[in-house]
Amino acid sequence: MQAHQRMLDPTANSLHSGESPLFRTIGLTKRYGDFLANDSIDIDIWPTEIHALLGENGAGKSTLVKAIYGLIQPSAGQICWRGQPIVQSGPSEARSRGISMVFQHFSLFDNLTVAENVALGLDGKESFKDMSARLEQVSKTYGLPLDPKREVWQLSVGERQRIEIVRALMQDPQFLILDEPTAVLTPQEADQLFVVLERLKAEGRAILYISHKLEEVKRLCDTATILRGGKKVETCNPRLETAASLARMMVGGEIKEVKAAAGRQTTVPRLVVNDLSLAPGEAHGVRLEHISFELKGGEILGIAGVAGNGQDELFAALSGERLSKDPGTIVIEGLAAGHLSITQRRKLGAAFVPEERLGHGTAPRMKLSENALLTGHAASGMVHHGFIDTAATLKTVDRATKTFDVRKAKRDPEAASLSGGNLQKFIVGREILRNPAVLVVSQPTWGVDAGAAAVIRQALLDLATAGAAVLVTSQDLDELAEIADRIAVMFHGHLSAPLATSEATRERLGLLMGGSTLEPKEAAHAVGA
Amino acid sequence: MELIEAIILAVLAASTPLLIAATGELVTERSGVLNLGVEGMMIIGAASGFAGAWLTGSIFIGALFGIVAGTLMSLVFALMALGLAVNQVATGLALTILGVGLSGLIGAGFVGERITPAMHLNIPGLTDIPLIGRVLFGEDAFVYFSLALVVGVWWFLYRTRPGLILRACGDNHVSAHALGYPVLRIRTIAVMFGGACAGLAGAYLPLAYTPFFIPGMTAGRGWIALALVVFSSWRPGRLVVGAYLFGAVTILQLHAQGWGVGIPSQLMSALPYLATVIVLVLLSRARTGGSTAPAALGTVFVPDR
Repeated sequence: MQAHQRMLDPTANSLHSGESPLFRTIGLTKRYGDFLANDSIDIDIWPTEIHALLGENGAGKSTLVKAIYGLIQPSAGQICWRGQPIVQSGPSEARSRGISMVFQHFSLFDNLTVAENVALGLDGKESFKDMSARLEQVSKTYGLPLDPKREVWQLSVGERQRIEIVRALMQDPQFLILDEPTAVLTPQEADQLFVVLERLKAEGRAILYISHKLEEVKRLCDTATILRGGKKVETCNPRLETAASLARMMVGGEIKEVKAAAGRQTTVPRLVVNDLSLAPGEAHGVRLEHISFELKGGEILGIAGVAGNGQDELFAALSGERLSKDPGTIVIEGLAAGHLSITQRRKLGAAFVPEERLGHGTAPRMKLSENALLTGHAASGMVHHGFIDTAATLKTVDRATKTFDVRKAKRDPEAASLSGGNLQKFIVGREILRNPAVLVVSQPTWGVDAGAAAVIRQALLDLATAGAAVLVTSQDLDELAEIADRIAVMFHGHLSAPLATSEATRERLGLLMGGSTLEPKEAAHAVGA
Repeated sequence: MELIEAIILAVLAASTPLLIAATGELVTERSGVLNLGVEGMMIIGAASGFAGAWLTGSIFIGALFGIVAGTLMSLVFALMALGLAVNQVATGLALTILGVGLSGLIGAGFVGERITPAMHLNIPGLTDIPLIGRVLFGEDAFVYFSLALVVGVWWFLYRTRPGLILRACGDNHVSAHALGYPVLRIRTIAVMFGGACAGLAGAYLPLAYTPFFIPGMTAGRGWIALALVVFSSWRPGRLVVGAYLFGAVTILQLHAQGWGVGIPSQLMSALPYLATVIVLVLLSRARTGGSTAPAALGTVFVPDR
């Protein structure tokens, strides 16, 4: 097996013969109870190399990098730094060796300034003033502009990531770990990041780059290690692979292709939003500004945008979690609904799938049948004369299980016991089985494995084919391109005019996501679409 | 003239325990922990402080007793709320109930006893200046200490690295943990500091305010201290303003009763508490859209290992 891998791995010894790698793990294992999050993983990191770590959610990527960074202690196996076996007792020890990490969910402090945030990531051996001066210098050198005095909550996601990267660079790391850095960036911001990474590589540093965006990995990375179910599947040169072959290694099989039915027809407007403006409901929230769109039956409208630009607020306004003063701002099935509660909107034929599965989409410690009742009590015949029809709730669970291939240990388990993908299939299924006229769904496949994602996307397409209007909010542009008929972009609480999907190139969407407006000629397209 | 001086002196004396307890709680809350047990830690501090002073005859040792007792109480809280990740609100309330009960037990033998209260500063020449002399140069040590404490806490929070780390823990414990800071250890220390301050504030009452101990003598001051922290929007400077404002309300209602204002005395006695409620309502109304509370306040943190 080892020899076989070496043969497939053109970077291994041919390029680095005679030296030892900068960093390596040998048989690294992390066990949580009976569950093997990492099963005997060997990985070699060389200087002047961008090494991709690929895998689906739950493949063990995060566990592996946490162990590398000293945040968790491996159950077995060895870690070597410059050829010497080491024990990494904590992140500050990792940092002192020259290992830095940029986290996926930023490790920033919203109410502290940029400079304070950077100071917290360093070991505090220099004065705050010296540190601030160095911060300015590093951010200038790498073209990552930052205002050290601003508080983080005022900054965009792209700027926040810049803080993380500058903080990592201030430690002059030899080995930099980036956990899904482009997940929250516009395509243009991602391109700027790649320039910085190429430069860091040219300076002789090693980079471990975690991602599940395969095209990106093919473009940027010299080596790729693929994890699946906690085990290492392969180490290869991603440039010699295709996106499909990488995906096959990640998933361990073919992924069913999502097919749109031919001859889908749009019918009457089912969801209309007229000049909807709404003040934010919480601190640091986004104000919705004059949002208008019309969604017909048989149609899927995608809403793209960097997270935190008002998508959550729009979902809350559409679902009725927050009410609008003017009933006419939201029209469901021809009836003014802006002032109606969630239940009343459900009775009009609307259904809602929020982004967060546990705690918003479901009550985690309640059974699936009870969770079915929570959204189905209004209009699905689960309640008779004020009493719950337990048989009907269970039947809904069974139907969702069968139709959407929900895998679970028993007939009616607690919601929290399901894996992310299976729970999401259940939630989407629960709503679709109610035969909604309008479905509003937020991040339908976020953190869901590829197989479940395909099932969910197909279900949304089928629902539209059956005549429903579907509104999908997603940060995954590929997903929107796959299922949406039109795509609009949210930025700072504004919603752009929708573009037909065929005209919504990555570049155009990227510009809109960054807050630019399209050229007049392009805008004309947008109106015509 | 005499009256104004007397009123100012009384206000300072009434405000000092509020200021000390609230400063401690501010540090605790800045680290992300909501300890509602201030009242309980204060009353234990009062009972222990009086016991210490009565047994040794030293106000200083009495104050130390109060500090140690408050710290021990806060450790009970830390064990529950941080070590075992129990709900902080429930633990804090339980701590108050425990404190009130336990203080009755500790203080039972001392009810009716008297001690010589804490000495006031006396600098010949300065203390004799009319109106301001006794206010500035004739206080007891607790008053000066409380002001030094606030300045010290301000300096610690905003000018030192440990202070920055403590604020970071209160803002986002997940990030602080990810950067390698021992969140639970830092919070435990902050809780202990809060306990020490509450114990001292409680001890102030029988050692300087009134020279004897009666059960329940904190009379809700711990709750006012908690409200003051919110009132100050977690900033030490505003805490001083708030504490003296509440002290003033407490004293002025006493004087108003003496002047025979035609309002039932019970209503007047309720004024400080009423003021607390009104201030909290006004603050929460004024603050929609921008929060100043530590973002992680009151949330349970369990590091993964």
